[in-house]
Amino acid sequence: MESKKRQRASYAAALAAVTALLLTACGSSSTGAANNGGGSAGAFPTSGTGEVHIYNWTDYIDPDQITAFTKETGIKVVLDTFDSNETALAKLQSGATGYDVVFPSDYMVKQMIELKLLQKIDVTTFPNGGGLKTTMQGVYWDPKREYSAPWMYGTTGIACNTKAEPKCANIKSWHDWFTVGLPKMDSLKDQTEVVSAALRATGVAAADLCTTDKSKYSAAADLLKGFKPAVIDSDSGIERVIAGTSNVRMAWNGSTHRMTEKVPSVEYIYPSEGLNLWADNMVVPVGAPDLDNAKIFINWMMDPKNAAAESNFTGYDNGIVGSDAFMNASMKSDPAVVVPADKMALISPTPACDQAARDLYTQVFTTWLGEQ
Amino acid sequence: MSSTIAIAPKRRRLVNLRNFRGFRFISWSVLAFLYLPLLHVVIYSFNSSRIATIWESFSTRWYVKTLHNTDIQRALKNSLQVAFVATIFSTLFAVLAALGLVRMKRAGKTISWALIGAPLIIAEIVLAVGTLAFFIAAGIPLGKPGMMIAHTAFCIPFALLPINARLSQLEAAPFEAAADLGANEAQILRRITIPLLAPAIVAGALLAFAISIDDFITSFFIAGPGSTTLPVYIFGMIRSTVTPEVDAISTLLLLFSGIVLISSYVLNRRRR
Amino acid sequence: MTVAQTEKAKTKLKIEGRPGQTSPWLASPTVIFLFAVIGIPLAITVIYSLLDRAKIGMGVVWTFNPKAYKDLFVIENLDGTTGLDTRYLKVMWNSFKYSGITTIVTIVLSIPIAMWIATRAESKRNILVAAVTLPFWISILIRTYGLRQIIDDNGPIGWIMHKVGDANYHIIYTPIATVIGLIYVFLPFMILPIYASAERFDFRYAEAAYDLGAKRWTVFRRIVIPAIRPGIYAGIALVFIPALGSFLQSDMLGGGKTNMIANVIALNFGQARNWPFGCALSVFLILITLLFVWIIRKLGARTGTEVKLI
Repeated sequence: MESKKRQRASYAAALAAVTALLLTACGSSSTGAANNGGGSAGAFPTSGTGEVHIYNWTDYIDPDQITAFTKETGIKVVLDTFDSNETALAKLQSGATGYDVVFPSDYMVKQMIELKLLQKIDVTTFPNGGGLKTTMQGVYWDPKREYSAPWMYGTTGIACNTKAEPKCANIKSWHDWFTVGLPKMDSLKDQTEVVSAALRATGVAAADLCTTDKSKYSAAADLLKGFKPAVIDSDSGIERVIAGTSNVRMAWNGSTHRMTEKVPSVEYIYPSEGLNLWADNMVVPVGAPDLDNAKIFINWMMDPKNAAAESNFTGYDNGIVGSDAFMNASMKSDPAVVVPADKMALISPTPACDQAARDLYTQVFTTWLGEQ
Repeated sequence: MSSTIAIAPKRRRLVNLRNFRGFRFISWSVLAFLYLPLLHVVIYSFNSSRIATIWESFSTRWYVKTLHNTDIQRALKNSLQVAFVATIFSTLFAVLAALGLVRMKRAGKTISWALIGAPLIIAEIVLAVGTLAFFIAAGIPLGKPGMMIAHTAFCIPFALLPINARLSQLEAAPFEAAADLGANEAQILRRITIPLLAPAIVAGALLAFAISIDDFITSFFIAGPGSTTLPVYIFGMIRSTVTPEVDAISTLLLLFSGIVLISSYVLNRRRR
Repeated sequence: MTVAQTEKAKTKLKIEGRPGQTSPWLASPTVIFLFAVIGIPLAITVIYSLLDRAKIGMGVVWTFNPKAYKDLFVIENLDGTTGLDTRYLKVMWNSFKYSGITTIVTIVLSIPIAMWIATRAESKRNILVAAVTLPFWISILIRTYGLRQIIDDNGPIGWIMHKVGDANYHIIYTPIATVIGLIYVFLPFMILPIYASAERFDFRYAEAAYDLGAKRWTVFRRIVIPAIRPGIYAGIALVFIPALGSFLQSDMLGGGKTNMIANVIALNFGQARNWPFGCALSVFLILITLLFVWIIRKLGARTGTEVKLI
């Protein structure tokens, strides 16, 4: 019990450090005890009927949890999946009014709010709404958490199978990553991740990743010119690493954790120029057919026990206070999941750029794809 | 043939073209090439390993998982619903087009054929994103009704293929006889044309069904809430974690296609 | 698409006047429906390609701007200069190259198999034709996935290559894999029309030529090939055109690198969020497709073959 407490304390301390980086708006200082069931509990719907339509990333929700949710609430879950934030945006913008809960990332939530695609749900008034980690309050995309509840969050770094490819252990930075030229090396097909990593590798500071200075992008494009991975894809590649067809890859920390569970020699590398921290969310789009069911679903997922179960499935940490008590020990001891203290300074939020910068990202990214 | 035998001694060798060197080998290799990947899918659907490419041991665990997966059941239901509606309407439209276009004047005919043939020659992705843009502009919600409309459109040329072929083979005699006996157009249509076309209509409907149920690209772009079809679902699985579950679903789908094919074959035989 | 000899087309004209056929108005529901669901989306594609992209999110803004077409060929470099943009030319060239190789390889493979099938006894022939047709009924997604598993480093081909001693075997996620995928998927579309021509061919002509002293190869080149030429043209139309616009093979087998035109269109309707540009590429692909249909028709007309849609 004592050791568990200590573990939790160090965990919380690590998180507090992330806070400083995540907060761009003035965060509220509420510490938020989990499950406080506050004042609005009476008005909050508790059990529903019918269905809740959720729209999530592929392989990003535990099927057993869905069964459990239906058993507890009587609400059936209809799941559709997407492979990029942009796909989700396209569906919502096209007036697809049938999703109750969607799972976009930070910067995408901001855009969806600007485009008036989301409903105000005031997550902090939910029975479990008081249980948000401080890191997940006052976030730049939704400072008051009016539109979005936290789901998983994680970083994008490098996964390296040190046994199958010992040379990848020498990768210390994004610059190494782009220039090392090892076989069986895979990249994510993600414009923001690839280009921001290249910008970092050519000396752009984390705070400056949305620059519109073209010379910076020119340098990044030059670096990418020689970068020819074996595969460029949007999938997590867990099976490919286990099968041995991929040994080094740009990877999310959670999928790296899932690789490590099967292949212990897989390590997660924190590149020295820094890495992106992203946070996914649960939002309710305008025109959702069943607002009550959506709220029940989101609140249920914000229960520490359920949030922990999702973390155990996905390999990512979540934004709910008290969930770490229910998390697998392997999660808490994995430096991919729990950021080591000396790596904390490397982490900064995924850049949320305006159209001008994003066009430059697109240009660098498509040029690189065209050179393959 | 007897004369062939008579002059045989003068020939260097008898019946040569059937035995072009290597043709048999190439043919069997090509057939193996066509079927080995499918065989691999079927075999590896019984793989106990989590890794789809590495054989571990025999197991039916992925079938158990597939059959208990409610998302797959829903995707199958969606696929069947869309394919069913698209088959009925595309076959109906195809029959109307086949009957009507035969006597249409030249200009209208060219445009009509161009529209009907468009899904055959224009890349599917072009029509898919065009349809997406159209649905958004017209305020048609993404989802099953829209998918049924789009599937109907690109199934029409396939449904039309056998119907049109049959129509051009019809003999004039029964029609002339009917007309001589005083039958009007509607009677001829109902009593002669449609019965004569029936096998082709069934064949066209089956083609349309096969095209619709296998469609991925269009469905991917215009799917809406709760309308994920089986191919779209499988694509998502291939994108994320490739377990032998993909092989298991695929094998079930192969089995399904097989049943449809065999029943159509049996149906055809009975009719004869 | 099918191919009919001109003679057959003539008999069809006779049928046109046949009693019992119905009013042309019967076709109008189909034509109207297709105009709405095919015609309008194509028109929208053309219109959107000439508009501005939306500032945020997806879609277009209704102001005229031909920039999307300029962007196909002109690059505004990061250093402020402009120049010829080779990125999309390369994508187009890739699409042509892969489709062209696919067409040639499928022709070379299809002629022997089509002739071989055509010269079998009828019962065997029916089974073989069914075997070639069957893949048509199976999802392209599943077939491409099956092929991916076969050519994977850990797959059976990889296993054989390692046994044979090629430790460096690796073709999955390369352009070669994309082309193999295209050949695999489109091969039946080449075999069937060539077979249809070969089946009609009277092999006694070839035997006669042979008797008159022609060499095997000469018989093949001068008599057999011209006879199955209509089938080859139809096969080219059925293979080259869809291969040019294919999406799945380069996506699943090319490792996300060997971008063909369809992949770039999809990218612009997704991550790159540039609908006008995606539409401009679509328009380009439509024009190229129509050009090829026209060329194949011309080729067919020269040899007395009518290549028609449907």
